Amino acid sequence: MKLTVRYFASIREALGASEVVELAEGSSVGAVSDALIARGGVHASALARGKALRSALNQVLCDEAALVGEGAELAFFPPVTGG
Amino acid sequence: MNAPRVVVQTADFDLGAEVAALRSGDAGVGAVAAFIGTVRDRNDGLGVSAMELEHYPGMTERAIEAMIDEAQRRFEIRAARVIHRVGLLQPQNQIMMVAVTSAHRGQAFLACEFLMDYLKTQAPFWKKEQTPEGARWVDARSSDDAAIARWGIEAGNAAPEAP
Repeated sequence: MKLTVRYFASIREALGASEVVELAEGSSVGAVSDALIARGGVHASALARGKALRSALNQVLCDEAALVGEGAELAFFPPVTGG
Repeated sequence: MNAPRVVVQTADFDLGAEVAALRSGDAGVGAVAAFIGTVRDRNDGLGVSAMELEHYPGMTERAIEAMIDEAQRRFEIRAARVIHRVGLLQPQNQIMMVAVTSAHRGQAFLACEFLMDYLKTQAPFWKKEQTPEGARWVDARSSDDAAIARWGIEAGNAAPEAP
């Protein structure tokens, strides 16, 4: 399945605004993150485990266990700092 | 015709005009509580000469709409409006506002603070500051997570404090 992965703030500066990722059907958000980290390089450092990162699936905050469907929009970003 | 409850814009706003619009035609309003956040010229020990605000278009509006729905469930409020600016801002500029109307002040104060605590930890905005040592992304504060926890909501936003 294909999904669009979007990045914001410091993660966007490292990885660009978005990319299309192809993964096995029914992958979790954590599995998408692992697949991106496995590419190494800037992906491995920007999305490294242990960093304070948040994610949103189809524009709603989600955790790592959330399942990603075909055509989903998944976003990774640092803790939010509005207000 | 009602104005949208949530607006993200680059332009400045006028709280007086927004409050007038929010309570216009509603004679049941007896209290208005409002908050404005502004750009400081110092943060975490460094001077700040400018601030750039980024957001997640679509998700931001949706997230704040959901927060207002939640405030309507928890408090006796009549109307609420949130305006948040994005783009390049200077010290002393207004960043955002929340305004809430209610019959009595207690519920208006509570709803206004609830919306601010919620927004600080759950709305997808990010601040980048220009300092004499270069540009830096603002870190989320664990005190903001503690503030929303008072309402029974676990934020999970700020990184754990270094030991």
